[in-house]
Amino acid sequence: MADYEDTQAGHGHGETRRDFLYLATGAFGAAGSAIALWPLIHQMSPARDTLALATTEVDLSPIEQGQSITVVWRGKPVFIRRRTEDEIKEAQAVELDDLPDPQTDAQRTKKPEWLIVVGVCTHLGCIPKGQATGDRKGDYGGWFCPCHGSHYDTSGRIRKGPAPENLPVPTYEFLSDDLVRIG
Amino acid sequence: MRRTVGALVAAFVLIGSSPALAAGEAAVPPSMKWTFDGLFGSFDRAALRRGFQVYTEVCSACHSLRLVHYRNLTEIGFSEDQVKAIAAEVEVTDGPDAEGEMFDRPGLPSDRFVSPFPNDNAARAANNGALPPDLSLVTKSRIGGPNYIHGLMVGYRDAPDDMEMSEGMEYNMYFPGHQIAMAAPLSDELVEYTDGTEATVPQMAKDVTNFLVWAAEPELEERKRMGVKVVLFLLLLTGMLFAVKRAVWSNVPH
Amino acid sequence: MTQPWMKNRLVQWVDYRLPMFSFMEKELIDYPTPRNLSYWWNFGSLAGIVLVIMIVTGIVLAMHYTPHVDYAFDSVERIMRDVNYGWLIRYIHTNGGSAFFIIVYIHIFRGLYYGSYKSPREILWILGVIILLCMMATAFMGYVLPWGQMSFWGATVITNLFSAVPIVGDIIVTWLWGGFTVDNPTLNRFYSLHYLMPFVIVGVVALHMISLHQHGSNNPLGIDAKGPQDKIPFHPYYTVKDMFGLCAFLTIFAGFVFFAPNFFGEPENYIPADPLVTPPHIVPEWYFLPYYAILRSITFDIWFLSAKLIGVVLMFGSILILFLVPWLDRSPVRSARYRPIYKQLFWVLVIDCLVLGWVGGNPPEGIFVVIGQIATLYYFAHFLVLLPLLSFIETPRPLPTSIAEPVLGGSGGPPAAAEQPMEKAQ
Repeated sequence: MADYEDTQAGHGHGETRRDFLYLATGAFGAAGSAIALWPLIHQMSPARDTLALATTEVDLSPIEQGQSITVVWRGKPVFIRRRTEDEIKEAQAVELDDLPDPQTDAQRTKKPEWLIVVGVCTHLGCIPKGQATGDRKGDYGGWFCPCHGSHYDTSGRIRKGPAPENLPVPTYEFLSDDLVRIG
Repeated sequence: MRRTVGALVAAFVLIGSSPALAAGEAAVPPSMKWTFDGLFGSFDRAALRRGFQVYTEVCSACHSLRLVHYRNLTEIGFSEDQVKAIAAEVEVTDGPDAEGEMFDRPGLPSDRFVSPFPNDNAARAANNGALPPDLSLVTKSRIGGPNYIHGLMVGYRDAPDDMEMSEGMEYNMYFPGHQIAMAAPLSDELVEYTDGTEATVPQMAKDVTNFLVWAAEPELEERKRMGVKVVLFLLLLTGMLFAVKRAVWSNVPH
Repeated sequence: MTQPWMKNRLVQWVDYRLPMFSFMEKELIDYPTPRNLSYWWNFGSLAGIVLVIMIVTGIVLAMHYTPHVDYAFDSVERIMRDVNYGWLIRYIHTNGGSAFFIIVYIHIFRGLYYGSYKSPREILWILGVIILLCMMATAFMGYVLPWGQMSFWGATVITNLFSAVPIVGDIIVTWLWGGFTVDNPTLNRFYSLHYLMPFVIVGVVALHMISLHQHGSNNPLGIDAKGPQDKIPFHPYYTVKDMFGLCAFLTIFAGFVFFAPNFFGEPENYIPADPLVTPPHIVPEWYFLPYYAILRSITFDIWFLSAKLIGVVLMFGSILILFLVPWLDRSPVRSARYRPIYKQLFWVLVIDCLVLGWVGGNPPEGIFVVIGQIATLYYFAHFLVLLPLLSFIETPRPLPTSIAEPVLGGSGGPPAAAEQPMEKAQ
């Protein structure tokens, strides 16, 4: 016991060097363990086959004015609506101050005639009604989410109800007049 | 604390049932007397077979019943030979054969009920965009269960004057929202029952509902028969344990 | 009192090497238990037994279930139709989930009423809250497995809650899903975790038991045992009482399993999941309805915080707040029997939770929004304002000097009261 205390107190220089060795070993081991953990965490992220379905091309030619179609992109519905003149005017005329999530119609469309939005309610992920002709389109002529009562306008912007944001606009590109690539 | 137990139990029952209250604005379908209701409920085999006839001759034109197999029909009183004959009337796609081609063959008792459409999109395309739902679980998957299905069969009326109907839609009292894409499926004498029963709309509606309840819950009779025995056993055991408990505790003031 | 079988040579040989028999004797047979426990104390052991029932039926179901989006629904229906007694095992498992929550909620409210969370049982209480959280995660993931419409949309709504986390919300949700929506990878991992979690619960339950046996059960009077006259051995008194309670429970449970197996379920979940069709009215299982009501009660932003984020925080907060209860309640008296004001507030809280559940089951429109907001406000006020305040303003009624006093009519009583033949005083 006495010898042990002697070693502890008596050899200050060796102690510092040994402390450093202990610390360095501990840190090195901890870093290794943390890195080893990463594959276990990252395996839960989307796999390569899932990522491969990240873009979709859509032929727009069969869609009449006032009609909407739903296409599936990344497992989610995307609403493509060929808007009527009235719907475009209505969407452009709204005062930004009236919007919970202010965005102009021009910011949300590349061509005013075509509105392309992800058809997933920004509240809790339900699919709003308004695509089929008989559907309830809500108080603002766009879409209505039946889950918790959110109303979207003809630009897909939230106007009333619990949803915090506008329907998101996916990244898309017109490859030609009739062909759009989403994603 | 003890006297509030009743209130607590009642409240849990209330919570459990409250989602059902949000059924929508449609009228509540009439509560029918069903033979399968109650603690000792069982199926009326003759009604099941008539209901099967209605399903086969009417509903199956649009609605699949994909969770039921032809072999199950022995449970509603058909003989093995009758089931073989019933199954053989349909064409089932099988294969690939030795040349790698798919081929059609007569159905076997081990086959599932053949669906009228190859897939949902084909079903939609043939029905103006509306999808006729699969009926295997329909009495379990609709609020109101058998009463709702029965109500739907007999609930077709002319639309009220102040109601604007969408194109191709029919008015039904008991359908949520009242606008249903399915035209009234039943009319008097639509089928000719093999057992001589008069095929009125209410009769067919009742029969086909019976059949669909069996299709959704084929275990119902076994479940209720076993349930009666299990509950009786447990009641007795609970009573005996109560006596044992009192005996054990009799010398402990508490 | 040494059990006769402890004298058996083989038992002694084993026990010398692995003290399982002396452990059982100490913790299950001789274990001194307050003599005055009411039937409200049955629910702890009952919960343990239901946990075992759930694990056994769950393992059996897993032998027939297929965790793939194309086959999950049909494999469950195959269990219901073709597997021998499959319908029975599945209905026990689904109704067992509801029964588990009813029992555990009663167990928790019993703890709140009799102050079972107070010193020296704070860690016991905290472990209990952890069990509740694990149960909720398990139940949520289990409900997804049949892959019906409510399974899918419930999973979508609940996992989307994490998108409320600032900045990294969407990354977390994508990671949870393993894709860009709830899909096959999600179903697979939920199945894996649903199988794992019950065993985590078993582990926490073991800690819960160790912590319980450290100081023994609380009791309806909420006072500490003064001596051996206040306690009786667990066996046979509480083993037989628990057996009786178990059978009474099983009788009611069998009533649901055999005669109303879908009473607690949603009809919508008998429709296969369809990612492109949202059911008109999404509701979680009944035992989540109060939290769901709290989640939806916030309809307005506060400063830079979105309504959604606040709702999510409050929802999780409504359970996390239970961790703090031992320190929010400063009153030295445990049992509500001797706390006239707390007793009333307790029942108001019970009603408040039931109201929240009722609101959660209804669409968030009109009057339900207002009722939900008031009930949410009250829920938090109960724990954060009323409970701490009460210890200053409430005058507790005088406590009995010992557990034995009210029953034996006098302080103390004979040391071996259990053996004394006396008239019943219930």
